[in-house]
Amino acid sequence: MSTDQRPVVATDAPPVEPAHEIGVRRPPLMMSDFSSFCPGCGEPIAARALLENLVELDVAERTIAVLGIGCYTGFSAAFDLETVQALHGRAPSVATGVKRMEPDTVVVALQGDGDMVNEGLQEVLHTAARGEPVTAILLNNGVFGETGGHMTATSVLGQRTKNSLDGRDASYHGYPIRIADLLAQLDGVAYAARGSVHSAGAAAKTKKMVRRALEAQLERRGFSFVEILTMCPTGWFIGAPEGADYMDDTLGRVHTMGELKGA
Amino acid sequence: MTRRLMEGSEAMAEAAIAAGCRFFAGYPMTPFTELLEHFAKRLPEVGGVCVNAESELEAVGMCWGALSTGARAATGSTGQGLSLMQESFAEAALAGLPMVIFNMARGQSDYFQATRGGGHGDYRHIVLAPMDVVEAVELTQLAFHLADKWRNPVLVYGDFLIAHTYAAVDVEPIGFEPLPPKDWALRGTTSATGRAKIVTPLGIGKVHDVGPGIEAHFQAVGPHNDQIAAVEQRYESGFLDDAEHVVVAFGSAAKFVRNVVDDLRADGARVGYVRPITLWPFPYAAVHAAAAADGVRGVLVFENSAGQLIDDVRIAVEGAAPVTGIGGVSTDSSGFGVGDLYDVDVIRARVEAGMGDAAEAWPEGRGAGAESTRSVGAESTRNVGDAAEPWPEGRGAGAESTPNLGGVRR
Repeated sequence: MSTDQRPVVATDAPPVEPAHEIGVRRPPLMMSDFSSFCPGCGEPIAARALLENLVELDVAERTIAVLGIGCYTGFSAAFDLETVQALHGRAPSVATGVKRMEPDTVVVALQGDGDMVNEGLQEVLHTAARGEPVTAILLNNGVFGETGGHMTATSVLGQRTKNSLDGRDASYHGYPIRIADLLAQLDGVAYAARGSVHSAGAAAKTKKMVRRALEAQLERRGFSFVEILTMCPTGWFIGAPEGADYMDDTLGRVHTMGELKGA
Repeated sequence: MTRRLMEGSEAMAEAAIAAGCRFFAGYPMTPFTELLEHFAKRLPEVGGVCVNAESELEAVGMCWGALSTGARAATGSTGQGLSLMQESFAEAALAGLPMVIFNMARGQSDYFQATRGGGHGDYRHIVLAPMDVVEAVELTQLAFHLADKWRNPVLVYGDFLIAHTYAAVDVEPIGFEPLPPKDWALRGTTSATGRAKIVTPLGIGKVHDVGPGIEAHFQAVGPHNDQIAAVEQRYESGFLDDAEHVVVAFGSAAKFVRNVVDDLRADGARVGYVRPITLWPFPYAAVHAAAAADGVRGVLVFENSAGQLIDDVRIAVEGAAPVTGIGGVSTDSSGFGVGDLYDVDVIRARVEAGMGDAAEAWPEGRGAGAESTRSVGAESTRNVGDAAEPWPEGRGAGAESTPNLGGVRR
């Protein structure tokens, strides 16, 4: 379906139908129209960037996805990609094992900020330092979305979550980790970038970042990484239409967009 | 191949490679370290991979990934390192991953960890406990076979003695029964076909094959375990005919016990032994039969701990005879190796004392000091022997059909 055939979805009023049934345009490799994602969630846009790139690079039929645990775990059923479901935090190590035994596959690990930057921080650092030729994608919304909006290691100062009710206070909760900047310092990293899906322009830039990351893997240049800021209106306790602006004003100011290595 | 003098660790690594293991990931820790060293040296020579994992958590995750591709893969550590991996063992069982795990245990006993695990849920992993290097070579290969046969993790329980003892061994690949193809394994080939496969512990499949769902997936664990327990119990026993006392021990401790029992028999003592080779599934029926035989006055449990194996022995014996612990904690000064208790004369003295205690403790009373308080409470267990079927069909079935791997039943 081309763009001009798609129904225009009004966004100036609350939807009259569940979000997943409105304006459906299923990206390639997405086997289901149904999703359990909340209205305004940015994760499906980030997933689209990955799936479209796999098709455009003509590597989908040799791709293995490794998924962490979070809202995006729902993609495990819907992706038409062979999938290894990893435990919380462990996707980079699982991806390592897959790639070492099947070096001709394209291995993509998908994790959230709670999964990667909290539970399994050492895993992504070590996998990156080893220069494993896998692509890790971080869906960073600054909260544990699946548990209902709790503070993660990437939550920004002042951010209110269910376990930082007065806002993240550096003197009490510490500071957020800018993981893409951290990874960019490691010699094993061929490509590191931070994108966002809060606007059409940002999503387009992010798609290019994912492509470059996958190209780094295909060229066996080392570990490649794209952090994608995704909206989580539910976990941020705001209305779905406010998600994009809220992200630009909060997470986006700390976790700034850009290519950090290997551009 | 000819017989060659090898350290136990090397022999086990060679046995794993002979069984087709092509991936290993581990983190150094005494006395497991030499196993890692041999895999690091040898796997690249046979086209495999050994990753020096930065932690035990990462080692087990890497193993998980390698297994997902259908490769034979293993990880390991000491009991301490395995403590860190327990979440993954529980979930690997749910994911149907044929993971082989080596525990080169330190001086402490890891019987509880091995058989009960520190993971969550109803999972079990098969536990094979060799008594020496020669048997470790055999059981290491069996571990890979059973892991694939049941799509379940299998733990090989070694220790400091097995890791560091040199023995003349011949590591020949063992021919096991054929196994079905690993049609579940991932190599990327079903991606973008509309029927992509998934390896997951969650019981949730793809939209074209939705899987059993979490509840049904969890509910299937018990029957799966029962199936394994019905046919995979392994043990060795000796001198049970007309025995008045039965000693139960596993692993390298059992090798000492066998010698002690052999010596005692030569001196006319009516004592025999049972050596569980599978710690899970535990050979309950065999231990029960040994304890419930006519003339048996007591069961003695020798182990290097305050009492872990003894729990399963009590479950097996079900009050048919008093059960007395005659082991204890015994390590060298480092805590890595075993201590003075691992000595034939010391163990013989304990067995003889236990035979005396057991005779006193049954049937008269149970108040004869520290040792005899380990005896099964008389009231609660005395009548169990009268039960018509102490071992329900599934669990007891292993007794007769069990292959007697040790081959020394006497």
